[in-house]
Amino acid sequence: MSKNLRFDILRTALAIGIALFIALVIILFASKEPFTAISQLLIGPLGTVRHFGNVIEMTIPLVFTGLAVSIMFKASQFNLGAEGAFFFGAIGASIIAMKVALPIVVHPLVAILVGGLIGAVITGIPAVLKVKWGASELVSSLMLNYVALFLGLYLINYFFRDVNAGAMVSLPFLETANLLVLIPKTRIHFGIFIAAIMTVIAYYYLYKSKRGYEIIVTGENIKFAEYSGIKTGKVILMAQLIGGFIAGAGGATELLGMYTRFSWQALPGYGWDGVIVAILARNNPILVPIAAFFLAYLRIGADLMSRTTDVQNDVIAIIQGIMIVLIVATSFLSKYRHKMIFNEAKENLGETAKEGK
Amino acid sequence: MNQLIDIIFSASFGYAVIRVTTPILFAALGSLIADRAGVINIALEGTMLVSALTGVAISAYTQSAWIGLLAAMIAGGLVGLLLAYFSLNLKTDIVLSGIAINLMASGGTVFVLYLIAKDRGISSSLPSLVLPKIQLPLIDQIPVIGAIFSNHNVLTYASLIAVLIVYIFLYKTPLGLKVRAVGENPDAADSVGISVIRVQYFALITSGVLAGMGGAYMSMGYVSWFAKNMTAGRGFIALAAEAMGGASPVGTFLTSLLFGFADALSNNLQSLSVPAEFIQTIPYIATIVGLVIYASRKTAQINKIKQQEK
Repeated sequence: MSKNLRFDILRTALAIGIALFIALVIILFASKEPFTAISQLLIGPLGTVRHFGNVIEMTIPLVFTGLAVSIMFKASQFNLGAEGAFFFGAIGASIIAMKVALPIVVHPLVAILVGGLIGAVITGIPAVLKVKWGASELVSSLMLNYVALFLGLYLINYFFRDVNAGAMVSLPFLETANLLVLIPKTRIHFGIFIAAIMTVIAYYYLYKSKRGYEIIVTGENIKFAEYSGIKTGKVILMAQLIGGFIAGAGGATELLGMYTRFSWQALPGYGWDGVIVAILARNNPILVPIAAFFLAYLRIGADLMSRTTDVQNDVIAIIQGIMIVLIVATSFLSKYRHKMIFNEAKENLGETAKEGK
Repeated sequence: MNQLIDIIFSASFGYAVIRVTTPILFAALGSLIADRAGVINIALEGTMLVSALTGVAISAYTQSAWIGLLAAMIAGGLVGLLLAYFSLNLKTDIVLSGIAINLMASGGTVFVLYLIAKDRGISSSLPSLVLPKIQLPLIDQIPVIGAIFSNHNVLTYASLIAVLIVYIFLYKTPLGLKVRAVGENPDAADSVGISVIRVQYFALITSGVLAGMGGAYMSMGYVSWFAKNMTAGRGFIALAAEAMGGASPVGTFLTSLLFGFADALSNNLQSLSVPAEFIQTIPYIATIVGLVIYASRKTAQINKIKQQEK
């Protein structure tokens, strides 16, 4: 088991290395000032407190969607509705934040809870369609993301728009709703604790509880799970409801922590980023924060690079794609793995032979 | 309501339906070929983007729309090849490979766009060309019918012909038989000496070329420029159209047309007083409903067969 883990870490590290190397080569060719660009990308976020703060700020939503996708992927459900759940959860939370008067502390918590429940509905729809009628959750969740986007915009633009604001934004949130900023000079907010709590709960749920075990078994071999008496339909549904809840709560947290009005006019993309985070973390909740931090670091580095040099931050997309492919590729380094297993077996054999004497 | 009916029964609406169906139809046919060979091509969306940009860039550079189209098709084929390499050689899960390609395509096209056009949103600074429209002789003269079916982009007619070609290919050629055999049962196909991996490679590359034609249409026919993420989920809608069309060429054509109808409707209703955001959900909701109907019909069929067996 530990050998497997070591191999996973090695492979992930190598995949990241190769992806970064390819990106650096691209920058070398595309830029007139490649060395400034590369140094901005790699160590730029460490430059000032504010920039490092930006990394942490971005880590928070990525932890939420990373956890959401991890749990759904763990059940082998390719539900990509985390994007829509995150967005619509944020919409729901904004409406609570704008229109419902509640005392301090309770207000954001209620808003986040509502966001989570709405998120669960968004990922729950494809889950129900899958369990009940066998419709592919992949395609229906993709479609539903667009429905969530346009319905959400409809709600905000027609019912909650601030006509005096001069831009397409909602009315301001009530002051009781905003999450506390923790560290001055940054926007790091209380949501970081919520993300940490979610991570711990997700880990214990998935690896230490009976329900979590059912999710894992169902994800690995649904036939086996069925024969062992697990109600797989229920498990599949559950995993996606939980995933959607986390994503929706994430959208709510992001909005209440970072904004004072709802101002998104497009899907923010954190759902797709959640897929990257989940893959980097190998769907293990405890590794999700590390993966999220890594991705956020790359993103902020790329932003700084595009702000100070002639290289666009979109180069990061190429790094991400290569990372995903290599980390998931089962045959990448498989020869090395065989060798490792072979050597281990040989050693064990030698030992048992000695003991035999 | 009357206004709505007036819109739907006008010749210009019929024309619009065909016009917006084209990219979906190309991508759906691409999805079809891959699906029949037992591989899901979820990278259609990214493939279309890559091809749309390639078409614009090459047509601007060579000042020939046809070379631009050819380059877009080659680019689509290469993306298909990449997907095949990831999933068949590196053994990366094909859905995740597709997601990876889509991510790379949506960011990569913007990156390249900035390099060649010095703009992160749109390619209007490039002198790119569009593919010609074609007046159909005779049909052009018929009232209403002519207005609906004539004077479309050459790729629109190509997409209709492609339905026929895909049909003939799948059901009347030895290679098409191999594709279907691999998709139905790869082990059985392998046992009679068909190289499964080769057939799947072929299917994914062809799928990429078809999606590439859809992409070329987007930037060299539907509009005359490339814009960031201009495909707006059409690659995903195509997946749904193909699934709903029962993985048959004719069925896929009809469902693509249905999505084209929803798309055209949402374009047209925006001129009425209905909120635009509301209307824009139509194609996606139609897709979900269609998908459920198709899937439930299929499970009902399977249950029926199971009962008969008992």
